[in-house]
Amino acid sequence: MAGLHEQNTGGYHAENFRRRTRYTFVFALLIAAFFLITILNINTGNVHIPVPRILKIIFQKAGSQDEVNIIWRIRLPRILMSAMLGGALALSGFLLQTFFENPIAGPFVLGISSGAKMVVAIIMIFFLQSFGRVSSWALIIAAFFGSLMATGFILIVSRSIPNMAALLVAGIMIGYICSAVTDFLVTFAQDSDIVNLHGWSQGSFSGMNWSNVTVAAAIVGISFILTFLMSKPIGAFQLGEAYAQSMGVDVKRFRIFLILLSSILSATVTAFAGPISFVGIAVPFLMKRSMGTAKPLVIIPATFMGGAVFCMVCDLIARMALAPTELKISTVTSIFGAPIVIFMLLKRNKNKMQGGGVG
Amino acid sequence: MKEYYFQMDQLSVGYNGRPLIKDINIGITQGEIVTLIGPNGAGKSTILKSITRQLALIGGNVTFAEKSLSDYSYKDLSCKMAVVLTQRLHPELMTCHDVVATGRYPYTGRLGVLSPEDEAIVDESMRAVHAQDIGSRDFNAISDGQRQRVLLARAICQQPDIIILDEPTSFLDVRHKLELLAILRNMAKEKGITVIMSLHEIDLAMKISDKIVCVKGDHIFRYGDPEEIFEEQMLRDLYEIDNGFFDPRYGSIELPAPTGEPKTLVLSSSGSGIPVYRRLQKKNEAFVAGILYTNDVDYQLARLLAAEVITEEPFQPIKEETYEKALALLKKCNRVIDAGFTTGPINQPMLRLVEAAKQAGIYEKA
Repeated sequence: MAGLHEQNTGGYHAENFRRRTRYTFVFALLIAAFFLITILNINTGNVHIPVPRILKIIFQKAGSQDEVNIIWRIRLPRILMSAMLGGALALSGFLLQTFFENPIAGPFVLGISSGAKMVVAIIMIFFLQSFGRVSSWALIIAAFFGSLMATGFILIVSRSIPNMAALLVAGIMIGYICSAVTDFLVTFAQDSDIVNLHGWSQGSFSGMNWSNVTVAAAIVGISFILTFLMSKPIGAFQLGEAYAQSMGVDVKRFRIFLILLSSILSATVTAFAGPISFVGIAVPFLMKRSMGTAKPLVIIPATFMGGAVFCMVCDLIARMALAPTELKISTVTSIFGAPIVIFMLLKRNKNKMQGGGVG
Repeated sequence: MKEYYFQMDQLSVGYNGRPLIKDINIGITQGEIVTLIGPNGAGKSTILKSITRQLALIGGNVTFAEKSLSDYSYKDLSCKMAVVLTQRLHPELMTCHDVVATGRYPYTGRLGVLSPEDEAIVDESMRAVHAQDIGSRDFNAISDGQRQRVLLARAICQQPDIIILDEPTSFLDVRHKLELLAILRNMAKEKGITVIMSLHEIDLAMKISDKIVCVKGDHIFRYGDPEEIFEEQMLRDLYEIDNGFFDPRYGSIELPAPTGEPKTLVLSSSGSGIPVYRRLQKKNEAFVAGILYTNDVDYQLARLLAAEVITEEPFQPIKEETYEKALALLKKCNRVIDAGFTTGPINQPMLRLVEAAKQAGIYEKA
């Protein structure tokens, strides 16, 4: 917050210059954290591999066959997936917050992840029983429709009750309904499917392979670029719909685009890793605070990187805390994410009382 | 028919396809300030929302700079038209500068990055509303008056030909109201920016506007120059006032006159009666006033507040019959207040009234 209280000299150009210094600093930190956690992630595990050997294996593919396999077949895809999906999840949260003009919106609390999970479970069981296998694409498409379905429901509720608390309650309820249906299906699925399904429906980055990575990279990459290109209208939308329109934004088209993008992003995450909680709310909040701005041009890449680092750290903890047993990823993200969200609510309330504004 | 710069033609506006106000025909010349007045809920905002395309038109047409409003793309319109809305804004982590800078939206590139020229225009817009000192403060942490000025700066920053404001003076104290309206007038007169707005304060509306639109019921009640509109009876009809007054000459608002049988006579001239009238009004004591020349300032208020006013034609000696009328009233009173008046060759009867009051033992100095 310090940036907002600096002396009022030098006009807007000087103010922006000071801020750019801050952005650079935070981005540098994020990049450093990313590399640090990547190395830590490769380095730690049931089989410990020292750093020099890791570099050799990655860049020269030289070393003992076991270690090459561990790094190339297991650890690298998992790290890349947790980075990409973490970023996608945080970004999807940011988009939903923009859409609903509410900082507590996110794919998990609004039941969107659970909607995706339910449809994916249905498709998974159906495909596994009929064909014995299921492709990443089918899962992503299923998750996408599940997300859209849940979002559509939330939208209908928000039309008839323009109240944020009610919206969240509706989201949580649809989340419970979808989870109940999923549990029901999982319980009745054939034994052979359950192992797969159960692990996935709990949320985990384990068992990722390179074909997963390619598909996720393509979808997340394209969605990220599209989102970044929408920085400008998103910024306008932060002043509310009416002002955005007066600035020349085609609000109807923009809203549809926003919902599609956030659904694709959260659907990809759910299809591969299952539902993951709190990342979508906590990361955008942390990024806005540390950057001291909500400007989408800065916050979109920052949120993506922040989400990546956050999920990589959480995944490392999930793997290592009770090794060799793995924790569900949501367990770890909740431990870190939920307190941040509570802090955020308290802070918001305090600001409101101080500023005298009514939201 | 004359071609206007901004023209509403047989316009119907409302919500969900149901017209609220019909047959709006208004032509506005460039650089004019046009103000919508009318009771709460009359649909002033509905009209403003419709001409800014936040609401779909239900019928009729709006022409703006020789082009139909519906033919503009959102982007083209945003280069010509800026708005200041009533809704409260709570942007996250935005300084006042940032809020103003959003006005540059139509002019920046794909990603909305501001050039040094854009930043200079932001600074300039802040200066135009005398808000340059609060530029880097958090928008949520400033006062209502400052907020309204920053939003106006945002609109100016958009470099529009026309600015539309929905009740820009609500929440503001007197000083900030006057400041804001002065800025608007300068903009309109110096830069030729057309201003359309709604105001609650009819006194201010009268003083700042070139044209007044009275909105009431399902139609435009009146439209024209402030001088035509601001007649006492017109305003009473518009706001359905049956107690209290609006004095169109001074634009002042008066509470209802005291009721009951008048028992007090006030003698005054040249403004000395005004504080006495107000005092009596607050105590709800009915009074009569006299003998006032009809060009006396006291007369303007006495006309509204006194039960009866004894008047004389300006610059004429007070006629004997006027004096007799005043004396008749005096005899019905149990109190005569002398608020002080100057005497000259033509108003000697005033002194005779004072004598009569002293004899009756009901004379008092204010």
